[in-house]
Amino acid sequence: MALSTMEIDGSKIPTRLGIIWVPFLLSAPAWAEVPAEPAAAAATSPSNEECLGCHSNELDRSKGRKIPPISEAFAESVHGQINLACVDCHVDLQGKDLPHADKLAKPVCSACHEDAVKAYDQSVHALSRRESGDSLAAWCSDCHGAHDIRSSKDPQSKTYHFNLQATCSRCHADEAIIAKAHIEAGNVPAHFQDSIHGRALNKSGLVVAPNCATCHGNHDIRRASDDKSRVNRYNIPKTCGSCHEGILAIYETSVHAAALREGNPRAAVCIDCHTAHDTQVVDAAWKMDLVKECGTCHKESMRTFRDTFHGKVSTLGFSRAATCADCHGTHAILPKKDPQSLVSDQRRAQTCGKCHQGASEKFSRYDPHADANSREHNPVLYFITLAMKLLLISVFAFFGLHTILWLGRSLVLVRKLRAEGKIDDDK
Amino acid sequence: MMTSKEGAPNPSKPEAPTAGPAPRAPSTGFVLRFHRYDRMLHGFLMASFLTLALTGMPLLFPEAPWARTLANLLGGYRVTGVLHRIAAVTLMSVFLTHLFRLGHRLFVRKDFGLLWGPRSLVPQPVDLIQLLQHFRWFVGLGPRPRFDRYSYWEKFDYWSVFWGMAIIGTSGLMLWFPAFFARFLPGWIFNIALVIHGEEALMAMVFIFTVHFFNGHLRPDKFPMDLVIFTGRVSVEELKHERPAEYERLVTEDGLAKAMTSPPSPGLVTMGRLVGSIAVCIGLTIAGLAIYALLR
Repeated sequence: MALSTMEIDGSKIPTRLGIIWVPFLLSAPAWAEVPAEPAAAAATSPSNEECLGCHSNELDRSKGRKIPPISEAFAESVHGQINLACVDCHVDLQGKDLPHADKLAKPVCSACHEDAVKAYDQSVHALSRRESGDSLAAWCSDCHGAHDIRSSKDPQSKTYHFNLQATCSRCHADEAIIAKAHIEAGNVPAHFQDSIHGRALNKSGLVVAPNCATCHGNHDIRRASDDKSRVNRYNIPKTCGSCHEGILAIYETSVHAAALREGNPRAAVCIDCHTAHDTQVVDAAWKMDLVKECGTCHKESMRTFRDTFHGKVSTLGFSRAATCADCHGTHAILPKKDPQSLVSDQRRAQTCGKCHQGASEKFSRYDPHADANSREHNPVLYFITLAMKLLLISVFAFFGLHTILWLGRSLVLVRKLRAEGKIDDDK
Repeated sequence: MMTSKEGAPNPSKPEAPTAGPAPRAPSTGFVLRFHRYDRMLHGFLMASFLTLALTGMPLLFPEAPWARTLANLLGGYRVTGVLHRIAAVTLMSVFLTHLFRLGHRLFVRKDFGLLWGPRSLVPQPVDLIQLLQHFRWFVGLGPRPRFDRYSYWEKFDYWSVFWGMAIIGTSGLMLWFPAFFARFLPGWIFNIALVIHGEEALMAMVFIFTVHFFNGHLRPDKFPMDLVIFTGRVSVEELKHERPAEYERLVTEDGLAKAMTSPPSPGLVTMGRLVGSIAVCIGLTIAGLAIYALLR
């Protein structure tokens, strides 16, 4: 076949006889006027007219003829618009006579869409299909459709920015498929739907709002454990940073980013605080909740924080007292020894001063993570707490005994007096 | 209220008066025990203490299941904080007023009996003796001690307020005005202040709501409450029984007639019962919540 190619959306689209059909992609000319089909195929293969003669939407199907209607969908599809021959995809019908067998071979998209299929072959979907013959994983047509494939820029396309979530949801929100395919993340669209990204996408209709593919990619969606995946821990900052570029620049300066660069898999990345699919607007309630997230790694700091005034107030659910981020910052958290850190000796008083007017250098020597149980870290506090506990115990030990004995003695007396009739109940 | 009671199981033991009372001594009627100002001060003390306890409890046990509910019931973070501070100022005023009255009695009226002797609240050797006697009586090994105006446990309660004001009051002020105190104190002092404030407050609360309530009101011969702190009056009969030493002292010093007063008015009694019941209920509830949180 003497085909030359042109690129549309990164895919190589064959153009017959070197004719560039681009002007016709949108204007949909009358293809009947196009001269001479390519000779090799035309000689023996069924023509589109022949195929669509039976697969016409207008065909009378009332008498139980189960021929799928294709003509209308195909005419509006991106392939129909460039007058692709049916046999270009259904290569198994090339040179065959009609009628054809009930079941046709899967079209080979790679003949034209070489790069897309190459990328797809690296994806978790392709991997799953290779691993198991009855895999439910998506194949080209599961996302793009078959005869009705439209350009992803077409609002009616399954892969249009605002339609993609519904397309992915056909499998990823189907509990039966989730269970059968062991999709660990579960019903992700249900979470995404209520996230700030989901609302921006579906309620506010923002083209800048991310859909599934924005973070996961499209053809080459990989497992998060795959180090080439866009959602691999080490790649998350870059992925989020593709939109949140300013935050990424700040994050890159932080102790978390430094640890991540050193290969520490426990270093906090965007989704550890913001979550992946439940991302919420950052308000007071969210900040309160965030304490728990910091505490999943910083367990000791969390415990000591809980014992202090700030911690107690926040445990009660009031957001007036400082929580982690109020002192340590957010995206640019630095270790205490770094002079730039908000909690460094140099900057601590200033940080306290954000809430405590007139906070001095001395004031900032308050230990917001004091541990009354640690003789090593807070000796004075340790011994004072111990003394308080001893005092408490001795006071109650003494008066507990005093009270119990007194109560017992009084009850004995009351019984005795009542028995002797000496209690005057009238008084 | 049960009033008739023979203290010692053996009548030959010195529960019965040794010296015969003067014939003029009245055996009925009422004696004034607490002056109106002292009753009022105790009223303010009660109200402020209960408020401090209620508003402080959520912060003392923030992880207890009742903590959030109580904090929100009291009006949330801001309101609770304001109430706590209002009550704190009230309590400090009560304390200062009392000190002022003491000073007046001591320096203007030269009433040095405040400092030592049977009318004084200052702990004395007799208190230790009576404490031991009381324990002997508890286990049936001796007669009931012959208490005077203030028993050892009453003195303990009284001085607890001084201790509490010094410890809880000072640490509370430091936590209230940290920037000011940090001008001359190191920042870690607030860590100490927070721990002390909480632990001492816990001790004060549980002590008042269990030991003080029992000693003063809930023990079988006072149950359900002793109204003397509301009416200020105690019957001569009860005085004779509860504080025989004071009764005899008044009789021999010829002061009983001077101490005699009118019976408590019905309104005063009703008010006392109402206020007392509410205070006891709130107090026992707080003690219950605290103990529940401690044992969890």
